[in-house]
Amino acid sequence: MPTTLATPAGPARRAVRDPLVAGLVGLCLAAAAALVVAPPAPYLVNALGQLAAFAILAVSLDLVWGYLGILSLGHGLFFAIGGYVCAMHLLAQGVAATGVLPDFVQFMGWTRLPAYWTGLDHAAYALVLALAVAGLVAFVFGFASFRSRVNGVYFSIISQALVYVSMLLMYRNDTGLGGNNGMTGFPLLFGWPMGSPGVVTGLAVAALLTLAGVLTGTRLLVGSAIGRRMLACRDDETRLRTLGYSTTRLKLGIWCLSAMIAALAGILYVPQVGIINPRVLAPDLSIEIAVWVAIGGLGRLGGAVIGAILVNGLKFWLSAAMPEAWPFILSGLVLLVVLVLPNGLLDLVGWRPRPTWLRGAP
Amino acid sequence: MTALVVDALTVAFGRFTALDCVSLAVDPGEVRAVIGPNGAGKTTLLDVISGITKPVSGRVMLGDHVDLTKRSEAEIAKAGVRRKFQEPSVFPALTVRENLEIGCGPALPARDRPARIAALLCEIGLGARAEVPAGRLAHGEKQWLEIGMVLAAEPALLLLDEPVAGLSDTETAQTAALIRALRRPDRAILVIEHDMAFVEAVADRVTVLHEGRTLYEGSMAGARADARVIEVFLGR
Ligand SMILES: Nc1ncnc2c1ncn2[C@@H]1O[C@H](COP(=O)(O)OP(=O)(O)O)[C@@H](O)[C@H]1O
Ligand SMILES: [Mg+2]
Repeated sequence: MPTTLATPAGPARRAVRDPLVAGLVGLCLAAAAALVVAPPAPYLVNALGQLAAFAILAVSLDLVWGYLGILSLGHGLFFAIGGYVCAMHLLAQGVAATGVLPDFVQFMGWTRLPAYWTGLDHAAYALVLALAVAGLVAFVFGFASFRSRVNGVYFSIISQALVYVSMLLMYRNDTGLGGNNGMTGFPLLFGWPMGSPGVVTGLAVAALLTLAGVLTGTRLLVGSAIGRRMLACRDDETRLRTLGYSTTRLKLGIWCLSAMIAALAGILYVPQVGIINPRVLAPDLSIEIAVWVAIGGLGRLGGAVIGAILVNGLKFWLSAAMPEAWPFILSGLVLLVVLVLPNGLLDLVGWRPRPTWLRGAP
Repeated sequence: MTALVVDALTVAFGRFTALDCVSLAVDPGEVRAVIGPNGAGKTTLLDVISGITKPVSGRVMLGDHVDLTKRSEAEIAKAGVRRKFQEPSVFPALTVRENLEIGCGPALPARDRPARIAALLCEIGLGARAEVPAGRLAHGEKQWLEIGMVLAAEPALLLLDEPVAGLSDTETAQTAALIRALRRPDRAILVIEHDMAFVEAVADRVTVLHEGRTLYEGSMAGARADARVIEVFLGR
């Protein structure tokens, strides 16, 4: 029988063939183009941009949870790091332009921004700093956990504790980061007035393009040899180790990458909502990210995007129409997924790129 | 020079002593069978050799210089040790081909992989199933795939934990033939098995474990004649 020497590219070819991801990337690009050519009402543009930021956040979690089996219940921390550094940049830029100190700085009786704000009025430095801090925090936490083989539910609980402790820290008013009121009142973005239609559109387009890029990049990653090791590690870590692979290094690398993608989402989110406060570090927000991923379809990057957009789209709509009903609707969605569609909403369309995926070995 | 020396190995789980001062030496080129009743400590012995369990005391020397009890699973694998688990351990989400590719280990250059994988597919008879996810294989196919995975890196020490459990008679005979074909002067094989006919067919010598201690070491024929072995194991 022809044992196909000629097709070593089997897995690699399949990696490119993911119609859902390809479709979503196309949709992002088309939406970005449409926003530029014929922008709808600014509030819709803004909502779309926020949804794109949430979708990026969901992809970052799916990368570690769906493909590596590491459920983080603290991804809000990395999102918040991106958001806070972005807010600092926006305020620092405002101070550089107007000379007026933000309210919380005046409130503390300080006459200038704290020393560690130095240089944050430069966007490139702020971007590098946000990604570096998120990566570093993830590295320290991941290194300590993975090396001492903290796994499964223990890891999830510790990650939740971490985001909670960070929230308590950020509620303090003497950190120079806005305390319990957080930071708001961003005047300018790259010298343009913050709420102007051009800035709103620009931010939404940036978020959509970033989502397209993140989806493409992560899809290539999970379709590569590294992606196959990730699935192997998820399903049987000891087996992978005894074949000569350092799973600690693999997990640490992907974990840090995931944290930086989450930070990117935070960077894009904060200028669109115009505020950041310690609420983004609330444990329930971090749990909600996992809900988006589970609803859309764990272990499928397109599923994470669909889950994030669906839940948050519904939330935008309903929290205006009937805010008190939202928690019940979210709980109902979770129950529906757990009881009827254990593989997420993608079950509805029979979407199965790899049949035996999902929670653990058969 | 010996391929593997297990020297006064003691393993405890809490107060329970799973291995009690077990020693054995395997020569290069030898196929050694470890037999014994359930709970004798056979799997625990392989767990220590492959670095999954750390012993209370004792050493495991690979060649003359490397003490495996001081190393991680990945380092032990890199030193040339491969282990087949009692429960077939393949990666269910990956295809047969992808499983074998991972079995080649991180060190083998990418350009050498396709040829190695093609040869293995032939050897384990799964050529027609190369693109099937391993989670969908039958039990026997999984056993063979896992054997293929541990062979992919051409190990110097091969540990096989019940490789024919759950296989049909024909498959067992095929596996015995495969293992005999794997003998090489520079490779030692340690195989755990319950099936005495299989052990007789593949092993040069046997070690009988009972309640964490070595009961007998020598030829299979000698084991069959040994009074204590008969009493605890064969006679039942
Ligand atoms: N991780 C563990 N924790 C506690 N006891 C264990 C563990 N692994 C094995 N044992 C015990 O050690 C003894 C030997 O087990 P094992 O090596 O699996 O036996 P065998 O493979 O010879 O059937 C058994 O009594 C088993 O219950
Ligand atoms: Mg056993």
